[in-house]
Amino acid sequence: MRDMSYAAVMARKNEIMKASMGMDYNDFIQSPIAFDYERMMRETGYGLEDIVRIQTETKVGHTPLYELTRLTEEVRKFAGTGKGATILVKDEAANASGSFKARRASISAFEARKKGYKGLAAATSGNYGAAVASQAAMRGLKCIILQEVFDSRGIGQPEIVEKSRACEAYGAEVQRLSVGPELFYQLLMTLENTGFFNASLYTPFGIKGVETLGVEVAEQVRQRYGKNPEAVVITHAGGGNLTGTARGLLAAGCDKTRVVACSVDLGGLHMASDTDFNRKSFTTGHTGFGVPFATWPDRVDVPRNAARSLRYMDEYQLVTQGEVFYVTELLTKLEGLERGPAGNTSLTAAVTLARQMDRDQVVVVQETEYTGAGKHHNRQLSFARENGIEVRVGDPKDNVPGKAIVIPERLEQVRGKVQDMDKLRLSYLKNAAKAHPVEQWTEGDYAFLAADLKKDVAWVKSAIAGIEKN
Amino acid sequence: MTKVAKGTWVEIERILLKPEERAPNLPEETRKCSYVLRISGFLQADAEIGAEVTVKSLIGHEHKGVLKVVNPSYGHSFGTTVPELLTIGSEGK
Repeated sequence: MRDMSYAAVMARKNEIMKASMGMDYNDFIQSPIAFDYERMMRETGYGLEDIVRIQTETKVGHTPLYELTRLTEEVRKFAGTGKGATILVKDEAANASGSFKARRASISAFEARKKGYKGLAAATSGNYGAAVASQAAMRGLKCIILQEVFDSRGIGQPEIVEKSRACEAYGAEVQRLSVGPELFYQLLMTLENTGFFNASLYTPFGIKGVETLGVEVAEQVRQRYGKNPEAVVITHAGGGNLTGTARGLLAAGCDKTRVVACSVDLGGLHMASDTDFNRKSFTTGHTGFGVPFATWPDRVDVPRNAARSLRYMDEYQLVTQGEVFYVTELLTKLEGLERGPAGNTSLTAAVTLARQMDRDQVVVVQETEYTGAGKHHNRQLSFARENGIEVRVGDPKDNVPGKAIVIPERLEQVRGKVQDMDKLRLSYLKNAAKAHPVEQWTEGDYAFLAADLKKDVAWVKSAIAGIEKN
Repeated sequence: MTKVAKGTWVEIERILLKPEERAPNLPEETRKCSYVLRISGFLQADAEIGAEVTVKSLIGHEHKGVLKVVNPSYGHSFGTTVPELLTIGSEGK
């Protein structure tokens, strides 16, 4: 009988991963930090045309791009002279299962079917679970979704409860778990026991699937405005949305487009805390994932992460929970679109960006997601109140994650906040130094780190020297 | 106690890890709790609430655990109205 203790299962991680994906990461790994990223992405065997064909088969992609004319007008009322870029939104809620995550799940489901797996398993509390379940249903595969749902009182975060429902609606087995990082342990045991395909969010298949989103944005903006978008804002958590979209934009020739990440600021709340769990009004797209995943991508359920956000990120905006709820309500009332928190996070940053950008420029919010019971901002705010969080109208700068949600009085107060990119890069380098001692870094490691940070080798060398000195 | 009939859609609960078996480096408030799984499925034999049972999930996989809920349902909603949202975007109409 195999040892099923926490330590024993974690120690079998690599062999379980290899069997559950039919790919060996050792083919690409060069050192404890470096690996051949581009070759790994190429050797999935799927080109853009293949991906478009596979996604079209399962109701993914070709989503509409809308101009938010009334919201843009509102921003222009307080933006300076000549300022107030046009805000566009890509309505990714139109994908099967209601979010861009269908793109991310589609290639894994196709690959699992092709390789003869009987089913797919994924550990995810978000839209990705519904996407995997929906894609698995269309490919005739079984599906298991593992979710972190409830705290020790047994109370489920309403948004995640909705995801449990959606996954079961698509015919998946849903394993609902209490708070803790042992979700990964349970995933490993499940993969080992079932022999299912690991539909991790962070495989090359997942990220390649999102590239079509960037390509579509480029093509749709060019068709309507005769130019490439000046900026694309992307809600950032694990980094796959940003990485895939940015790679698609680059593939479509948008090498001057600013790639802007955006997360909800949940600074001060601990992600593995049983008591903080239900004091958050956002289950993803927040700094609790966005910062750690940007500053060390290889913390995931595969040996090397294909989602590497700092490789592509030009800027990182933070917004408060109250600001996102305000903008969500405005999107509904002004634009006639009821959509969920994921896309509305980057929409909130787009308000700030549009205000600073020239009037003849365009800023694209590259996703929406569905909303409904549990996910709706009214439910998140009433749930916050039930959990002792103060909810009031005022100046959003008074937001305190886990304590107070302040809904702005007017759009002009939606200002967000910029994260220092170099601070993130330095934090990444500190993590790299923990993974592999600096004195052992080769020129290959430096080249990898430079590419991973969108900087040159000289910058990396000088930055790490500065860190070592302190 | 009333018997729950074989074939009924139920929810079971199972402790996967006791506090002392959990991952290292957890915050104190998490460390003191067991790591718990809840899963729904069709009951495989007549049983009473609180008994150790086996269920078959929607994909036909068997799971063991303590019988907790008969006919588990989703109670999530849009919540009680948050009046602060009602006036947003209606200014000047």
